[in-house]
Amino acid sequence: MMRYLIPLVAFIVLAAFLLVGLTLNPRQVPSPLIDKPAPIFQLNHLHEPDKQMASKDNLGKVWLLNVWASWCVACRDEHPLLVQLANSGIVPIYGLNYKDERTTALQWLKRYGDPYTISIVDPDGRVGIDYGVYGVPETYVIDKKGIIRHKQIGPVTVDSLQKTIIPLIIELQKQA
Amino acid sequence: MFKNNNLYCFVASRQFNGKKWLIFILFLFLITPSVGWSKEAVPVAEDPVIEKRMLALTMDLRCLVCQNESIADSRADFSNDIRREIREQIKANKTDQEIVQFLVDRYGDFVLYNPPMKPTTMLLWFGPVILFVIGLGSLIVYLRRRRVQIEDVSLSQVQLERAEALLNKNKKGKNV
Repeated sequence: MMRYLIPLVAFIVLAAFLLVGLTLNPRQVPSPLIDKPAPIFQLNHLHEPDKQMASKDNLGKVWLLNVWASWCVACRDEHPLLVQLANSGIVPIYGLNYKDERTTALQWLKRYGDPYTISIVDPDGRVGIDYGVYGVPETYVIDKKGIIRHKQIGPVTVDSLQKTIIPLIIELQKQA
Repeated sequence: MFKNNNLYCFVASRQFNGKKWLIFILFLFLITPSVGWSKEAVPVAEDPVIEKRMLALTMDLRCLVCQNESIADSRADFSNDIRREIREQIKANKTDQEIVQFLVDRYGDFVLYNPPMKPTTMLLWFGPVILFVIGLGSLIVYLRRRRVQIEDVSLSQVQLERAEALLNKNKKGKNV
């Protein structure tokens, strides 16, 4: 009896591990920045390059930082959702235009709609490194105290908005 | 100038069929200064010492975009940026430890090919040892049990006689 039972149990354990492995996404690397203060930045606006925005300007409100680029194909997938979210007025979205050309970025926004309260420009990806960006698009939920509460790697989906991001935003907005 | 004029006349002349065209085009290749096409490879780094240190560091760091490549090997844009960042930090007299910590703060332990020893990585570090001990233990148990089994099996008097009879029968059969 034991003779057959031991290999069977071993097989089931191995199969269970492999099965769990199938549901994991190796591209989703958990960010160490969650629950840490958002890295500070001071960057030029995309539309008016002579103006600057600092991260501390947003203290006191919950906001989204969406990292995007005109060369990023997946950004096109999530963009209609961002436009919808911006129109709903739930939360202000700030766009971080990552390693992009100014003119193409502006064209892109004209073509697909502009959900951003302000778009800022990170031409050589330095702020991107501070935020641990490695796969555009990425979206950060930042609370009133300027702390990163959530990071969405890859495009925002209806599912992730409804189940995670919007409930979290509403929760954070209640906090003082 | 003179040469070009001649060429022009040659092309303009009426008896210019397909074969001559081919010869003409090949001739054009001949007179094109081919030396101008190749250029001395531009050295990647101004400072070989910095480059050497940067390479040694990035050899043990994982590129998050192409996860099976080190930052030293990868040609992804992401790795380019990280290499630039590391060069700058070396120039700013940061120690290797500070630079690695800088990256871990942003991208997590995942950038390290050598995971640090922490509660969450204990299984990773000691799992193989545990498996080895389990394997060795079960091997010892198995061998002991087998020795007992071998000793236990002894033939009864009846069986012995039967075996002898069989052996003798065979012997006789062969002799005949």
